[in-house]
Amino acid sequence: MMATRAARKAKKATRRPASHRTWALGYLAVATVIFVVYQYALPWEGLPLPIYDFLQLWLPPTSINEALVYVICALGLNVVVGYAGLLDLGYVAFWAIGGYCAGWFMSNFFEQWNFHGLSSVASTEPGLHINFWLVLVIGGAVCAFFGVVIGAPTLRLKSDYLALVTLGFGEIIPQIFFNGEDINGFNLSNGTKGITRLDPIPTGVKDLGPFDFGSKFVIFVLLAALMVFISLQLRRGRLGRAWLAIREDELAASMMGVPLMRTKLASYAVGAVAGGIGGVAFATHVDGVYAERFNFSISIFLLAMVVLGGMGNVWGVILGAFILSWINSTGLPALGDTFNTQFGTDIDFPSFTFLLFGLVLILMILFKREGLIPESRLRMVLHEGDADEEMKPAHEEEK
Amino acid sequence: MALSSELVLDASNISVQFGGLLAVNDVSFNIPKKSVVSLIGPNGAGKTTFFNVLTGLYKPSEGKVMFGDREITDLPPHKIASIGLARTFQNIRLFGLMTAEENLLVAMHSHLKSGITSTILRTPRQRKEEKEALDSAREILDFVGIGKWASEYARNLSYGDQRRLEVARALALKPEILLLDEPTAGMNPQESSVFVDFVHRVRDARDVAILLIEHDMSVVMSVSERITVLDRGEKIAEGSPEEIRSNQRVIEAYLGKAASEGRGK
Repeated sequence: MMATRAARKAKKATRRPASHRTWALGYLAVATVIFVVYQYALPWEGLPLPIYDFLQLWLPPTSINEALVYVICALGLNVVVGYAGLLDLGYVAFWAIGGYCAGWFMSNFFEQWNFHGLSSVASTEPGLHINFWLVLVIGGAVCAFFGVVIGAPTLRLKSDYLALVTLGFGEIIPQIFFNGEDINGFNLSNGTKGITRLDPIPTGVKDLGPFDFGSKFVIFVLLAALMVFISLQLRRGRLGRAWLAIREDELAASMMGVPLMRTKLASYAVGAVAGGIGGVAFATHVDGVYAERFNFSISIFLLAMVVLGGMGNVWGVILGAFILSWINSTGLPALGDTFNTQFGTDIDFPSFTFLLFGLVLILMILFKREGLIPESRLRMVLHEGDADEEMKPAHEEEK
Repeated sequence: MALSSELVLDASNISVQFGGLLAVNDVSFNIPKKSVVSLIGPNGAGKTTFFNVLTGLYKPSEGKVMFGDREITDLPPHKIASIGLARTFQNIRLFGLMTAEENLLVAMHSHLKSGITSTILRTPRQRKEEKEALDSAREILDFVGIGKWASEYARNLSYGDQRRLEVARALALKPEILLLDEPTAGMNPQESSVFVDFVHRVRDARDVAILLIEHDMSVVMSVSERITVLDRGEKIAEGSPEEIRSNQRVIEAYLGKAASEGRGK
């Protein structure tokens, strides 16, 4: 009996990469369909008006692009929370830093300086203008740096304390931007007014402004795919195994020669890079950076996406991020409009967003703790009840 | 007394103080190369505390630990593990949701070099390194006799196989010393006697010195070349199994405890 079970497991193990391939193909197929529909069908005159209205109401292009930004960030948070098992409640900090990188390096904001780095903007424009693709790299790198700076003192703490301190950093960094209008006379962030009008994205063919949803959709899909690729490659390598080992048993991992701090920092830095890239993408999506948008609820929101989708499973995380982002940006407001016009009521549906998320989380924890598309390993523990006595971290000391 | 050049580990005058409690008091202890030595003592004697000093989990309040020519007293646990001191756990602490071979690959972490970039890009060197590590992991699993479970999750293995996997995982660190913390806990007498042979086979085939902490006297007596006895944090005896068997202080330490337990009941 053991043998058949092992044989089945072995088969599953060899099948695992193929299943990732299937998911990847599915992802690209869905992306292609969406692109074709929105790029060609939607502007087409012959499209029946009801279909056009339906799509514009329930799935406008902006909501898809916004969802993709969340996907990119949630994939980064998944490396920290899902892979390494570190509870990070301050992820919005990296999103903000990435956003401001775009604000600083792709606008007229720093009028006092004039620098153009491979930018398509006219060289007479004042300010720092660096090519979007370079800014992606810069945003990722700056966030990785801050990930290490924030992580080094923070990651020495365990579980609940780590969550609290990351929460603190998640508040501090946006607050710095919020109040950064006048730091000793230096305007760092333009405070509550934010930085608006970013440079278009140069693609070689044409420059993409704020309304080129279709082309930016392609860019965001590819950035999310890049994050999936990075996650999966790391997960199946030396570092990914060490993350999993730390998630399971920190002490045993360190006793097996895994340096805890460095390994945790690596996960934090990789997660931060995704946050930075997501931040840059988001800034180009909304054509600006606004300090008040980077609040605590985003961190929770992203965490809920990871939990809903399935911690540790990139495909689950993509689904979770898409669903929650859609509910938030489109689903609830559209439902509210339809409901209110239908019944002549005046209910403010979007104000129930967090009620709904709370409900979703409670239902998930009660009935499907491992997420929509669970990671195979987690599903195993969560569905075995109390058969895992020996898995609990045991007491080391003699009594 | 063995020459110091033949010692793989030499801990001298170790004391560990927890607040007002002196858990280990001025204990010196060494491990000769390729030997099998044991540390025994009644409950609360300070065995595990001493063990934790060797693996770097506790820093001793006094004394120093030399590993070959290198002082390891102040090194963090993962460093000590990576330079060749591997341990198993009294209450099995495998990575249950990882396969047997993944458990071993984690232990090889410090010997592998691939960084983030080379792992993402799957450079030829990274792929070669991974393949070699996997081959080596399978070889160790075969050596301890659980090769057929290589891609089974550790938590699904039977108790005895989990014990073997713990030893295999420690061996994956390519250690010079293998520290076994009550390895026969939960085993029946047959399994224990198989274990004695296993320990010698590991020592001979893998060129390691082995330190056991053990409660089962029959195991200790038949497996060890030298036994050190701790009682209330102090070393009260050290010698061959025969010497320990007839040592008056050891008998007192054990029988005294047994007698008081008898009264308690």
